[in-house]
Amino acid sequence: MTEKKIRVLVAKPGLDGHDRGAKVIARALRDAGMEVIYTGLRQTPEMIVEAAIQEDVDAIGMSILSGAHMTLFPRVMKLLAENGLDDVLVVAGGIIPDDDVPALKDMGIAGIFGPGTSTEEAISFIKKNVRRK
Amino acid sequence: MSSDIVKRVLAGDRRAVARLITMIENNGDEARRALADLYPYTGQAHVVGVTGAPGTGKSTLVNELAKVYRGGGGQPARSPRTVGIIAVDPTSPFSGGAILGDRIRMRELSGNPGIFIRSMATRGSLGGLARATADAIKVLDAAGYQVIFVETVGAGQAEVDIATTAHTTIVVQAPGLGDDIQAIKAGILEIADIFTVNKADREGADNAVMALQMLLDLDHVSRPALHHSMVMEAEVSCNEPDSGLAPSQEQGWRPPILKTVALHSQGIEAVVEAIEAHLVYLKKSQTLYQRERARIERELNDILQQELMRRLLSRVREGELDDLIERISQRELDPYSAARRLIEKEERFA
Repeated sequence: MTEKKIRVLVAKPGLDGHDRGAKVIARALRDAGMEVIYTGLRQTPEMIVEAAIQEDVDAIGMSILSGAHMTLFPRVMKLLAENGLDDVLVVAGGIIPDDDVPALKDMGIAGIFGPGTSTEEAISFIKKNVRRK
Repeated sequence: MSSDIVKRVLAGDRRAVARLITMIENNGDEARRALADLYPYTGQAHVVGVTGAPGTGKSTLVNELAKVYRGGGGQPARSPRTVGIIAVDPTSPFSGGAILGDRIRMRELSGNPGIFIRSMATRGSLGGLARATADAIKVLDAAGYQVIFVETVGAGQAEVDIATTAHTTIVVQAPGLGDDIQAIKAGILEIADIFTVNKADREGADNAVMALQMLLDLDHVSRPALHHSMVMEAEVSCNEPDSGLAPSQEQGWRPPILKTVALHSQGIEAVVEAIEAHLVYLKKSQTLYQRERARIERELNDILQQELMRRLLSRVREGELDDLIERISQRELDPYSAARRLIEKEERFA
């Protein structure tokens, strides 16, 4: 009777207060059978990585609309690497200009989902790409 | 013969603690072996349950309590304690997924090296906790966390598993949730060692306190000895006719009723004092020993049920269960006879 569940941390780094998108995706992942740890607004990179460690998540989804992604995402990725969490799948959403996408992918953010992405797309991407389990 | 993960847990390695809890949730054999190795190192922590209806402020209260324990202080002065938190939220019966949102109220605790928070989905358990909760407590205990808070799902009336899991159970109420008849119903109110009426700045807080006072007054008249260790047996056996004693004269513990406004950190110190006083009472009165025995009996019982079920199902041919279900639904067979057939089959193997 083993039952493995995909555990996903949904986090809102930075200072913008718009979490509707994050809630929509959290709910969609729940309906796809995943366990979603929702941490709420204004998370620092340190908080996100600490939560990822304690919750032993398979994936992290970050949503950001403030434009601070090029500052905050690299710090999250650096902290993940420092803590040995290289096997965690990281995806991002929100308002991210196309120009920034290659740099973000280079630093290890596997999937970037802008406005208009269907929830099915995000779900199947996570299911296909989680490395563990 | 400790495996690597056992050594790392004993050394307090947070990633190892987190990974082992996942392995326990996924019900693997490796997790069982690790738990067996860790078991001698458990039994040190004070396990405090926090339960109550959805929205009464359980997570916020746990956040505040953890802050006080980390800070030490108080009168008489306490030294800072390390705190483990297990927060349980429900699994969807339809998708099997879950939203675990208790960390939202605990963001102040993030980054505190003496605190470990784990969110957990019920995965089908109905008693207010997950099947893995009891074993996750052992992992945190063995890793050296001194106080372990276990926050149940938003509990209604019957989710009382926490009473046999925790040493001290806090039932969190909020004003306006029901009249004094709610307070004399059976169930969750009977398991409290400490009551908090949270959101006490709202209208109706005094009424909520009075309803609980009345409940306790009746309790001490009708069955002075009732408590956790007897959760199931108590219903039938505890009627002492001659108990006109004032509560203070009795041997037992009268649950204090404390008003808090957790959102504004009000009344929290008194709750910590009550938790500490309850632990002293448990130790002095031998109740701790009785509760441990009752908890272990229940745990062994649960494990036996799970293991026997697992063994039975591993012997059942694929499709056989479906056939039986189909025949039962066609009224060709009744469920008792079907169960007997499966069990007799198992016995032939044994």
